[in-house]
Amino acid sequence: MTTPRDNILAKVRASLGRKSDDTARRAAVTDRLQRTPKGVVPRRGQLPQAEKLDLFCKMAEAVQASVARVASTADVPQAVTDYLRQKNLPAHVRMGADAFLAEMPWSGQKNLTIESGRAKGSDEVGLSHALAGVAETGTLVLASGPDNPTTINFLPEHHIAVIRAADIEGDMEAVWTRIRATYGKGEMPRVVNMITGPSRSGDIEQTILLGAHGPRAVHIVVVEE
Amino acid sequence: MQITSPTFKDNAAKALADAQLQKALGNVRAGFIDKRQKAADALPEFEALRDAARDIKNHTLAHLDLYLETYAEKVEAAGGQVHWAETAEDARNRILEICRRLGAKTVTKGKSMITEEIGLNAFFEEHGVTPVETDLGEYIIQLRGEHPSHIIAPAVHLNKEQVEEDFRRVHTHLDPSRNLDEPTSLLGEARAVLREKYFQADVGITGANFLVAETGTSIIVTNEGNGDLTQTLPKAHIVVASIEKIVPTLEDVSQILRVLARSATGQDMSVYTTFSTGPRRDEDPDGPGEYHVILLDNGRSAMLGTEYQEMLRCIRCGACMNHCPVYHAVGGHAYGWVYPGPMGAVLTPSLVGVDKAGHLPNASTFCGRCESVCPMRIPLPKMMRHWREREFERNLNSAVARYGLGLWAFFAKRPALYQFATGTAMRLLGAIGKGKGRFAALPLAGGWTRHRDLPAPEGKTFQSQWAERQKKMKAKAA
Repeated sequence: MTTPRDNILAKVRASLGRKSDDTARRAAVTDRLQRTPKGVVPRRGQLPQAEKLDLFCKMAEAVQASVARVASTADVPQAVTDYLRQKNLPAHVRMGADAFLAEMPWSGQKNLTIESGRAKGSDEVGLSHALAGVAETGTLVLASGPDNPTTINFLPEHHIAVIRAADIEGDMEAVWTRIRATYGKGEMPRVVNMITGPSRSGDIEQTILLGAHGPRAVHIVVVEE
Repeated sequence: MQITSPTFKDNAAKALADAQLQKALGNVRAGFIDKRQKAADALPEFEALRDAARDIKNHTLAHLDLYLETYAEKVEAAGGQVHWAETAEDARNRILEICRRLGAKTVTKGKSMITEEIGLNAFFEEHGVTPVETDLGEYIIQLRGEHPSHIIAPAVHLNKEQVEEDFRRVHTHLDPSRNLDEPTSLLGEARAVLREKYFQADVGITGANFLVAETGTSIIVTNEGNGDLTQTLPKAHIVVASIEKIVPTLEDVSQILRVLARSATGQDMSVYTTFSTGPRRDEDPDGPGEYHVILLDNGRSAMLGTEYQEMLRCIRCGACMNHCPVYHAVGGHAYGWVYPGPMGAVLTPSLVGVDKAGHLPNASTFCGRCESVCPMRIPLPKMMRHWREREFERNLNSAVARYGLGLWAFFAKRPALYQFATGTAMRLLGAIGKGKGRFAALPLAGGWTRHRDLPAPEGKTFQSQWAERQKKMKAKAA
């Protein structure tokens, strides 16, 4: 008995006029998957690291994210507290178990409480670690994993993402190189979220409004050390 | 869904007379064209990226069987399940089986044109499953019992007063005296209502903008974040995607992403580009326990190897309809099926038959704007012309149209006679219309003169003017 898979593939092959000898076609496919050629990479992001960081901040602000730059990881908790105060938010943050975040001196923030685990619908503020940034478009790149719940990126009203300046790349292609180095060739984390500014919708009369279903605000803390 | 493409002419006449619709359609002209142009102008490599995107899809389509095999193996290796579906009915049944097995009562949905194509919502309702659209535009039209009128802006045919009316009618648990004057209040209300639905849902369904063969990854591109909540919170995530969504590698999809958002909304990147590979992993704190892909053919394999193959490069950005004077005039519903505008005029006859959708490729002035903005460089006017030829070959036009074309062809094949006849007619019309310079009524041209005057010819035909000019230039050169 033929399966739907066999039928569809047979129809595709018949339409393409393919015969039984597929050697050359298979070689072309294997080659592309092996080499992963880059194509046209815009010059916009091809900059020295310091300028890449400037471009990343500029592009992120252009899409209504806010950015704070701090000198070292030790300054991050204060930067988070500053943001909460400035926005009149409760001193309570949802955070994953990410090691980079966990090692920061949170105990220095007396009033700040931190809750770990996946986000709830009622969370006001979520804090996560972005594994990379894309300067070309001001995009944050976050990967899911045991220490990085995806829900933190979407459920809270405010999303704070912490990123190392050294993790800011010029373009998406450089991010894929990083991900292959970490997860292996042809492998991916369960979810990679590319986030470019806060949630928005233009569905009512094509007027863009922030805060559709995801966070109303995205705040990026860049650690420059 | 019920197809009304056969009555396109009536649909269009009604649309032109609909004041609400005409007001809303102004937002298409104002909202998309300049933004796209600015975004394209700001990226020097934009045209080169269009070429690259076209070439990637051409390569993929030429090797589609092999990339599909690779993709499915990778999905399964990541713990996902692939369900191959030859028809819309097969797809609906596979989806319902999964929902039944999980005892699903409520299903949330991210915005997806493919689930419109397979009529999933109506099917769910017939079988006791409640579908909840979560994209703001889709939610609004679901409340109204309508279908999307645009592939990326489903409620573009509505004005905010209509949305307010629907929210007051449906959200009866809220204070009737609340203020909904501003679009922000409408958005806030939808956000609060839908928040609860994400948590109630047993299954979340999304489409896919792309499927990556290299990694077995499905990708959704959104601005609201509803697609992500839809696929993250329930027990199972079902991706519904047609077979031509495949791209080979992550680098390849990065090329196409650079032209997608710019062509669609004029953004450099949409807010959320989400790459999903398989279900929740062992120690993950969240994510769906099951990950299914419905891989749907529904007519695509039959388009390969034909003059319509290039249509399979389409990435559903909506630029063609945003720039189409016919779409601007009549809106999306007049086209009568899932896909409106120029891309619909090519795709609809391919998927439902030119006998039903023959009017659509005729509803074009061939002005060429669609092709000039298509990020995938799909020759839409040429393909609409192919459909007109198929329609003629299959004897589907009206007797009057066939007679008229036959008459024109008779003259067109005899250039001397053609020039004599048109020259005489122009002189005659020029003489009669000399006083006013236009005609308010003319025999056989009622379709034109009912809506506007026909300018009177000023004497000479284009061909005779051209010949005179050539003669003069030759004389000058000599």
